[in-house]
Amino acid sequence: MRDISMERVNETRKKILDIIKSPILTHEQKVASLANTADSLLEVLDLPQGLDELMNVPADRKCICDLNEGHAPLRPRYIIPDYAKFMKEGSRFLQLAPPTDLYEALNSLLIFYKHVPSVTNFPVYLGQLDTLLEPFMQDVDDTTAKKLLRGFLVHVDRTILDSFSHANIGPKPTRTGRLLLEVEAELTQAVPNLTLKYEEGVTDDDFAIQAVKTALRSAKPSFANHRMFTQELGENYVIASCYNGLPLGGGSYTLCRLILGNIAKRAGGIEDFRTNQLPYVMDIMARYMDSRIRFEVEESGFFENNFLAREGFISRKRFTAMFGLVGLAECVNILLEKEGRPGRFGHDEYATELGESIIKQIYEFSEKHHNPYCEITGGHFLLHAQVGISEDQNISPGTRIPIGEEPDEMIDHLMVVNHFHKYFPSGTGDIFPIDVTVHQNPEYVLDIVKGSFRKELRYLSFYEKNSDVIRITGYLVKRSEIEKLKSGQNVLQDTTALGMGAVMNGKILDRKVR
Amino acid sequence: MVATVNKIIPFSTVDGPGNRTAIFLQGCNMNCLYCHNPETRCKCMHCGACVNSCPTGALSFEDEKVRYNCAKCVHCDSCIKACPHDSSPKTVDMTPEQVWRKVEKQIPFIRGITVSGGECTLYPEFLTELFILAQAHGLSTLIDSNGTLDFEHYPDLLAVTDGVMLDIKAFDCEEHKRVTGWSNQVVLKNARFLASKGKLFEVRTVVSPGLFDAEQTITQIGDMLSSYLPIRPIRYKLISYRPMGVRPQYKETLQIPTRNQMEYYAGLLAAKGFKDIIII
Repeated sequence: MRDISMERVNETRKKILDIIKSPILTHEQKVASLANTADSLLEVLDLPQGLDELMNVPADRKCICDLNEGHAPLRPRYIIPDYAKFMKEGSRFLQLAPPTDLYEALNSLLIFYKHVPSVTNFPVYLGQLDTLLEPFMQDVDDTTAKKLLRGFLVHVDRTILDSFSHANIGPKPTRTGRLLLEVEAELTQAVPNLTLKYEEGVTDDDFAIQAVKTALRSAKPSFANHRMFTQELGENYVIASCYNGLPLGGGSYTLCRLILGNIAKRAGGIEDFRTNQLPYVMDIMARYMDSRIRFEVEESGFFENNFLAREGFISRKRFTAMFGLVGLAECVNILLEKEGRPGRFGHDEYATELGESIIKQIYEFSEKHHNPYCEITGGHFLLHAQVGISEDQNISPGTRIPIGEEPDEMIDHLMVVNHFHKYFPSGTGDIFPIDVTVHQNPEYVLDIVKGSFRKELRYLSFYEKNSDVIRITGYLVKRSEIEKLKSGQNVLQDTTALGMGAVMNGKILDRKVR
Repeated sequence: MVATVNKIIPFSTVDGPGNRTAIFLQGCNMNCLYCHNPETRCKCMHCGACVNSCPTGALSFEDEKVRYNCAKCVHCDSCIKACPHDSSPKTVDMTPEQVWRKVEKQIPFIRGITVSGGECTLYPEFLTELFILAQAHGLSTLIDSNGTLDFEHYPDLLAVTDGVMLDIKAFDCEEHKRVTGWSNQVVLKNARFLASKGKLFEVRTVVSPGLFDAEQTITQIGDMLSSYLPIRPIRYKLISYRPMGVRPQYKETLQIPTRNQMEYYAGLLAAKGFKDIIII
């Protein structure tokens, strides 16, 4: 372990005291922040040369961001346990026998969730709830089932304190799936995040319409292109955290992101960007990720000792890593300006072409880079269009068109973003607030989902423009909770603070209504 | 063959089921007091009254004609407010093929098209041609009409029309004349004819208390159509009068119904077997 300066130690001690005394943070938030701060004192990773000047610099020059994963990762960033195995076999470590009815199944899941780590210390994946619970539903009438599911979901919302925790349903309709949607529409909670795996012809229209109606009330579920994900990741994929497609029984070691706009600032023009600046930064980020992964696998001891791995709920061999990026819009606009060309990202064919060629270059780089611990994805990282963090200013999420610059017509918007979704098996998505008139015509949204998925869009989210629960970038927050936090009150969920930052810095409330 | 097009909305939530491209044709034969989009009523006379109202210079007057430059337009509607003839300088004459090229961009995101107005049945041949193109590409076709075209005499059009959304503005003929300036004889005939052919997708009535006897109208329409419901369910859309867009000379005199009134009318229809009733 490398030494650090006394100055840095003292700065960190001051930070620790500030956390302890904070009037805004809840106890749980303080404990998590204290752990991160302790971790920041370690220097154990082999850092590639050149990383420091790309990562530890002021925001307007930062080209690589590791999303506060810490200096000594003690667990993978995203963990996707095989809950079906747990339902079938129970767990020795948790001293739980396999559940025999709905009461036991829900109770067992709630226990299990408390033992699934992640970068946020909360589980980012809660399971394919419809098929997990369906076998226990036979002897339960609708009223009882709804009461139990309601209690379960309220428990999740009040104890899993961020909305990166994600449950899945679909693609086929089930009684459990329908009841879950009914309860979610009534509860209008921020947690959990929810995705309907949708495939035209497999998912019934009336089930999909129920999902749309639920989304208009509670900003979830989102719609995932099941056909596309299955082709890339196989049947055993899940949607976790914001919208991340990952292998079941595995997960992602790490997620770092390229800040494309700032890389463009380093370039003289398009040619310099593509031949020098972008390859240089990608290479350093990939080697930094390699180093993080090596520590997790070879040194942290996680995969040898944690019960999830020991009992086979996860397998090291089913982990991959996410090669993220943000700010394609800013990148393209900066490059166009440097070339003296008119046009802006989202409004110009050439800008779209340039954007796609950049994403393709990153994709091809990632396909060539080899990591020995990403066997499940052919030894490569998966591309991820990262949704941004609350501090981001003038950085658009992934490949999205900046808020305030969306094309007037939704068709033109969709036909720009559809150039990019196919490159991102580990997640991308676009979000559309919808006018109140759609309550009378939910088929409108379903038609857009069907058309989009035929046109290779991957993931879409909708909410009604006046909804209290809204999708910030990939996660959900209640506007009423943001107001509480603004007025200085404690709030339960960590994501509320992130949402408040994003509302202020990312103009989330100004999205064009469709 | 051309029609004068007021505008095309690529994705519409409110012009029939699902996502549809809505095409608004210019010109109407009725003169409804509560008209919500009076700028679609008449063809442009090229009088030039709008030209100076444009804040961005999108309008000019050349060779006795008003010219419109879409690229400069910011859609502030100043020209529409300045128009003394219930028209718009932004209309364009288009062939069915030209309109189709604007529609097909939305495939596969839309399930159909709806042609509205103005009164789109003033252009029956145009509608027929456009609908042939739409159906050939798997899109459904809806007409939004005031019912003054006698559909029985247009079998070619009806053959390519999946449904008609028909305004019945009053059941009593005198009241209908007071609201619209027209007799409703053909309107009611169309209602029965279209319902008997399974082509009546929706009936709409705008309710404004005091303008006509809404209870009587809704009851009588319900009685007239209930026997056709087994052929094809008919949606009934009850529309509360709203002053938005209405011409100032009528705006002041018209009343807005209460939610309770509207629900009472919906109850009358439900009792007659209507299942799909929407209040807006």
